Amino acid sequence: MKMDARPPVLGTDALHVSVGARDVCRGLDFTLQPADTLVILGRNGAGKSTLLHTLAGLRAPAGGSVLLSGQPYAAWPRGHEACLRGLLAQSQPDFFSATVLETALVGRHPYLGRWDWEGPEDEAIAMVALEQMGLAGFAERQVPTLSGGERQRLAIAALLVQQPRLYLLDEPLAHLDLHHQIQVLDHFAMLAAGGAGVTMVLHDINLAARYASHVLLLDGEGGHAFGRAAEILTAPRLSAAFGHPLRAVQDGDTTLFVPA
Amino acid sequence: MSAALGPDHARRGASVQGDALPDAGRAAAVAVAGAVRRRGYRRAWLVIAGLVAAALAAFAWALMAGALPVSSDAMLAALTGAGGSMEADIVRTLRLPRAVAAFACGGLLALAGALMQVLLRNPLADPYVLGISGGAAVGALGAILAGLGGGWIDASAAIGALGATLLVFGLAHGDGSWTQTRLLLTGVIVAAGCGAAVALMLSLAPEGRVKGMLFWLMGDASSATRPWPALVLLVLGLVAVLPFARELNLLTRGEVTARALGVRVGRLRGLVYGLGSLLTAVAVTTIGSVGFVGLIVPHLVRLAIGNDQRLLLPAATLAGGVLLTVADTAARTVVAPIQLPVGVLTALIGVPVFLFLLARHPR
Repeated sequence: MKMDARPPVLGTDALHVSVGARDVCRGLDFTLQPADTLVILGRNGAGKSTLLHTLAGLRAPAGGSVLLSGQPYAAWPRGHEACLRGLLAQSQPDFFSATVLETALVGRHPYLGRWDWEGPEDEAIAMVALEQMGLAGFAERQVPTLSGGERQRLAIAALLVQQPRLYLLDEPLAHLDLHHQIQVLDHFAMLAAGGAGVTMVLHDINLAARYASHVLLLDGEGGHAFGRAAEILTAPRLSAAFGHPLRAVQDGDTTLFVPA
Repeated sequence: MSAALGPDHARRGASVQGDALPDAGRAAAVAVAGAVRRRGYRRAWLVIAGLVAAALAAFAWALMAGALPVSSDAMLAALTGAGGSMEADIVRTLRLPRAVAAFACGGLLALAGALMQVLLRNPLADPYVLGISGGAAVGALGAILAGLGGGWIDASAAIGALGATLLVFGLAHGDGSWTQTRLLLTGVIVAAGCGAAVALMLSLAPEGRVKGMLFWLMGDASSATRPWPALVLLVLGLVAVLPFARELNLLTRGEVTARALGVRVGRLRGLVYGLGSLLTAVAVTTIGSVGFVGLIVPHLVRLAIGNDQRLLLPAATLAGGVLLTVADTAARTVVAPIQLPVGVLTALIGVPVFLFLLARHPR
């Protein structure tokens, strides 16, 4: 199938998301094509995670619809949506010990039948993902012995093992040092260049400017601005959304935003 | 902007690929992965094989030991139906039902405990913490207090267990969200209430009935004359839950992650809670209230073979059966002719072993 014949990775139609009596967004319409990277920005409590869960089909919207690869979630055969979209959750609980390899292999779940066990191909996919996240030598380690950043990279590796078409990332850079932040974002940029769709919640405006093709800016009161990154990432809009004055600083071709 | 960044992204992505291991290294890494998992599985299957052997040994001991020692030849003759002696009669009508009851109930309690621990994502959960056994105790003691006979005690205990389950489930499900903290707290409160009700009944009961009540509370396999339903349910329960074992593994990774991977979490939790309650209700109606098995056995097995539910659930079931069979046989032979409550022995065996293993594995 040629790439331009494929349906959009993700789309919304008049999407209305609310938490209790508070609106996260009203009348949100957007389309995410293959190779697009959408960054969702907004202040604490604006509902970014709630919106991401709604886009993942885990939460019913208050109105409107979410289309995954051109169809509503309900139209996909049960379980098939997990082969199409993956979600990196904000927190990674570990109540019970497990090895790093076992944890990465959970990403194969959507591809296995009820009685199947993970086979050599699944192990190969998991090992490649661990190695891509810099965890190649960690396969036998117990998860509770890992540092916060290592656990975050393990969660990302488990998501890579899932091999979805749409990646939904809730603060993928949490606990990561600078080197790994860039490594992770580069990796998702590579996946996007290969035709995947990426939607992520970030807090770093300058990293958003560097990696996003599109930006969705939530104002925390139900209003939003969606568009190409360069259109949305302007000092006045960002200052208003974050409630803190920001200044744009030019460095060659790159615009940097610094808090005033 | 994306058009400008696109090729740049691709190039940087390629460099990440370039940093990755060469093909030979990748093949080696995959071989390592295979070796790691095979080592884990081999250990797990060895543990399960060892538990099967231990179960056979425990049964042999349970059938041979007692006031009238039975030789291994006589035991085998009795089991194959050949012997018509008094020994054969004792083995077939007294010791075998009792051993089967102990094994089945140990397995039921351990399986229920393992399921509850995954359900609540809390290694301290078990049927006792959640008040299910407490409900059964209130039902059974109420029946004893009212002077009702054996069948009524069982039925009343089952009703008590299911009643406590529905109460905990209903209250914790109150506003539609299934938070594990509320479930655990509700269970603890219901268990506390049941404990108070039990204490009240014990203090109100006439002298002659208190001993029977205490024995029921601490667990008693001597009255288990019909153990086969418990064994059948144990096998059915295990067969019913194993197809969902990998989904249970995902549930330990957190609800959001499990749902994102396609697990129907609500349905799975209902299944696990319902099955866990049923298993517990049947165990407590068969053998009374036996503590520590549901808490300690899954823990011990987890320390030995890890937390893959596909291996943990059958291994914990076997280990629970072995523990209770051994404990019950010891309870009736160690200070014979006095019979100890088996629940006291499971605690005496389980607690030190558990503390030792916990100290040895600082996790």
